[in-house]
Amino acid sequence: MAKIEEYAPLVGQSVIDDLRLLAERLKGKVVQHINSTSVGGGVAEILNRMVPLLRELGVDTCWDLIKGGSQFFDVTKKFHNVLHGRPEEITQRDFDIFMETSLLNIEEVNTHGDIVFVHDPQPIALVRKKQENKWIWRCHIDVSEPHQKVWGFLMEFISQYHAAVFSSPSFSRRLPVRQFLVAPSIDPLSDKNRELPLEVIDKVLEKYGIVRDKPIITQISRFDRLKDPVGVIEAFLQVKKYIDCQLILAGGTATDDPEGAKVYEEVMEKAKKDTDIHILLLPQNDIEVNALQRASDVIMQKSLKEGFGLTVSEALWKAKPVVASNVGGIPLQVTHKYSGLLCHSIDGAAFAIKQLLNSPAYAKKLGENGREHVRNNFLLTRHLKDYMLLFLSLYHQEDLVYL
Amino acid sequence: MAALTRAQEPFRFYTRLHISELTGLRATTIPQLLETLRDIPGACIYHHTHRFLQQHQYLSPEPPNDFAYWVSEVLGEDMLGEMLASVDTIQYATIRDLREKIISTIEAYLDSNPTAKLKFARQGEEFHFVKSISFVLPTEYAVYDLREFADILKKITVDSIYFHVFESRLRLERSANDFAFWIETSLGDKSLAKQLSRFDPYTLTLENLRNTIVAIVERRIGS
Repeated sequence: MAKIEEYAPLVGQSVIDDLRLLAERLKGKVVQHINSTSVGGGVAEILNRMVPLLRELGVDTCWDLIKGGSQFFDVTKKFHNVLHGRPEEITQRDFDIFMETSLLNIEEVNTHGDIVFVHDPQPIALVRKKQENKWIWRCHIDVSEPHQKVWGFLMEFISQYHAAVFSSPSFSRRLPVRQFLVAPSIDPLSDKNRELPLEVIDKVLEKYGIVRDKPIITQISRFDRLKDPVGVIEAFLQVKKYIDCQLILAGGTATDDPEGAKVYEEVMEKAKKDTDIHILLLPQNDIEVNALQRASDVIMQKSLKEGFGLTVSEALWKAKPVVASNVGGIPLQVTHKYSGLLCHSIDGAAFAIKQLLNSPAYAKKLGENGREHVRNNFLLTRHLKDYMLLFLSLYHQEDLVYL
Repeated sequence: MAALTRAQEPFRFYTRLHISELTGLRATTIPQLLETLRDIPGACIYHHTHRFLQQHQYLSPEPPNDFAYWVSEVLGEDMLGEMLASVDTIQYATIRDLREKIISTIEAYLDSNPTAKLKFARQGEEFHFVKSISFVLPTEYAVYDLREFADILKKITVDSIYFHVFESRLRLERSANDFAFWIETSLGDKSLAKQLSRFDPYTLTLENLRNTIVAIVERRIGS
């Protein structure tokens, strides 16, 4: 695991010095993160990097998990889908299952932190244990058009927190509590994002039987309907009519996502007729993801909804041209025609890919701009800074705070 | 020689770190934007006129303020966008004045172009009002002369430069940027202070701003 000083060559020593200044102001406070899974998905990935770094900076930080059975996670997955605007039936039984597991967790989880930082809806009910300590609810989901019944159910808990945190301004609405904007981040020194020798990239391509004899278009994401893997294949097939190219669709599934296997089968079915489509199941193999991104000519993120879409920042950090949907946090990462191309449809995605493949100099410039944008705004060091400021904000109500 | 004058009081570098607080307020039309602009906290006006400057540090010229970007890119009102982009922020000593200028610009435009009131943003492209919460902290750096000043300027964060040049002047309502003020009052170098007050920092990226100030100061030391 990288030490904080190792980030200095990428972001500048003064940025690291500022992080230390902030950490000093949090001496004596215990920050406790709580979520539902330690592996798979963006939340666990960020916490795995952030918790050790906060500790190294001197912020007393711990990370706890709630427990739940498959029924509970089926319900929270349904909540996740409908909050993203996907129609699904939600019954009283679903709320009952959610509360049964929540009550067990309320009994079992020791919420001892001075600041209890709860991630996503699964552990949201723990706020019933609130005492003198400060509570933050971190929403990693695109809730721009949430299912009203589920949102209303969650609001009963949200209103008990001291603050809520969202990844994009479009997810905010009038709330009875303070709300902050904190975008997630990528770790430039993780296996998924660090520089890789060419031999490693070639070896990974060889392993999966991918030959670099034609341009590679790639989407890395979980096999999840909201990532629209079938739409990616359709866009690719439109491009392939004019440009000889190949597609890589690669990703894993999270332990709290029971639907992943089903979507994977649908994608395999759709792809089986075309040998230029490579469908790769890569459970938690970060070096391989990194290698595939670096080997690509264009990277896609054609999500229908997106909490944030960190794979976009991953691609931009590798200076790759990106075609991504104009949803969730993606427009924060991609400024259309400046650091990538945004699209609203399969046809739009196909058109954008053709533009990039036919104009390599333009594609290169977009990728380079994207890398600088990520360096300034979406690296882990900025995220550490935001979280420490968020913690400090709980103790200050003013707009301008002298520390 | 003025360049080697040692100040009685050092210049203490501060850094300013900010977090964005969401208001949940949004606008889908220009009249809604206008109405909300009248009531939102000054921290919102500050955020939307300075966000691009910090987030697009690599861009030269950087994109305009959020209001200008939204009315032109989302609503297609290019002329109003240009008018808002060219509001000369450096001229305004307070957020109140800046707010009034933005409001009067929009009002005048709507008076001459009433059909612009009818345009509305698509779902997902509304204007979301956000405010900047700033934390100001002293750094370990304090300097007594121009040589030390230039050396620290080269390595301090852009956030520190940002605070001393933009935020202290506008948000704390100081008459000049902090660098010019210290050089004039503590080093007595009015000519250099004038040079550091004269350029328009809003048309430079933050790194270019750093390089420009360092170059001006080093030229002075060498003279």
